Amino acid sequence: MIETFLNPAIIAAAWPILLAGLWNTILLSLVVVPLGLAGGTVLALLAGVRHPLVRWPLMAWVDFFRAFPPLVLLIFLYAGLPFAGIELGGFGCVAIAFFLNTGAYYGEILRAGIESVPAGQSEAARSTGLSRLQTELYIVLPQAVRNVLPDLMSNTLEVVKLTSLGSVVAMPELLFQARQAQSLTYNPTPIVLAAIVYFLLLWPLVRLLSRLENRSLATRG
Amino acid sequence: MSSKPIVEARGIHKHFGAVHVLKGVDLRVAERELVFIIGPSGSGKSTLLRCLNRLEAPSSGSVVVDGIDMLDPKTDINHARQRIGMVFQSFNLYPHMTALGNVTLALRKVAGKSRTEAEAIGRAALDRVGLADRAEHTPGQLSGGQQQRVAIARAIALEPRVMLFDEPTSALDPELVGSVLEVMRSLRESGMTMVVVSHEMGFARAAADRVVFMDHGQIVEQGAPAEIFEAPKEERTRAFIGQIQRH
Repeated sequence: MIETFLNPAIIAAAWPILLAGLWNTILLSLVVVPLGLAGGTVLALLAGVRHPLVRWPLMAWVDFFRAFPPLVLLIFLYAGLPFAGIELGGFGCVAIAFFLNTGAYYGEILRAGIESVPAGQSEAARSTGLSRLQTELYIVLPQAVRNVLPDLMSNTLEVVKLTSLGSVVAMPELLFQARQAQSLTYNPTPIVLAAIVYFLLLWPLVRLLSRLENRSLATRG
Repeated sequence: MSSKPIVEARGIHKHFGAVHVLKGVDLRVAERELVFIIGPSGSGKSTLLRCLNRLEAPSSGSVVVDGIDMLDPKTDINHARQRIGMVFQSFNLYPHMTALGNVTLALRKVAGKSRTEAEAIGRAALDRVGLADRAEHTPGQLSGGQQQRVAIARAIALEPRVMLFDEPTSALDPELVGSVLEVMRSLRESGMTMVVVSHEMGFARAAADRVVFMDHGQIVEQGAPAEIFEAPKEERTRAFIGQIQRH
């Protein structure tokens, strides 16, 4: 059993490859999470605009990218767009796909957060002369983020896990590297190792999230 | 009352969908005057107040404050609003900032003061409302009366030409009302022009220059506090005064 799934010799050989993959997974997350958050913030702020020329396209955009499977989106960008003469490379494709997909999710979470801030907050801010944008930045968004922090973190957890999709477009992240090592060694040990690394990477986040959720339940109760 | 008006609203109409909330209201407020607006709920008094700083845009009419046409699309509304302080029934302090943070935000972001300058002004404003020692507290750590006084400090720190109060004591426990009225009285003594929507009759009697009674979106009657409270001319005013004095 141990020989097959946690072979010490193979662990030693595959470790440097996996480490490079882990580093890329972290780097990728550090790019796609802020990208998704930025996209989501813009979408959430636009959701406050009542004009039909903003409202309907925005709704269509968010619905579309929430319903569209990110793996299909990624493969389309990577394998479909070159037929139109557009080659974005693995990293570019992952960045754009995540921006579109996770941005829509972050946007919905932040929109709910913004709606949870009482209207009196904006009115007070506007009455002192703050502009609409200043009011959103200094008054509404900080409270909105605080109100939906567990949801934001939970989505972030999903995003980090989803970076494994990058393996499909030959991004050398953790899963891709593990598959490489597996096919070189004809042994599943690198995959098991990758699973352990993912778990160790994300488990602290999961714990933190549970604590936050318990705390927000406590304050609500 | 002969000095030039600092607030001049004319022919204000306001519709919310099919509901006609204000039906042609004229209101002039002279410099240093304290005007009290009373009336049953739904009479349009809060809406009128909110039209003065354009938190609500009137459907028609004109509002001029300190010489600035508030309804002109060319007016820099954010700049104009600095001259008009507003205090709300539910305080609306920013819960994620300290008292000092609440008071200094607009000083820094709108009036363009440096942090040091803004904090000096902010501390002086908190001192004026008797809360210098609460500068670092967050709203959650303050009583309702203290929160409302911080809200007043936030408004006066910008040195407004006129202060609008929208039922400033209605959300307070009775024992906390006095401290807020005390601050309003001292503001009055410093010569601040004030428009107050409130049912604090004792305060109105003692401090107001004029009481305006509104009902169904119109001004029914106005005059000195003694006239309105003791000898109202209109039947509707009499009925309303009788009602609130029973409570």
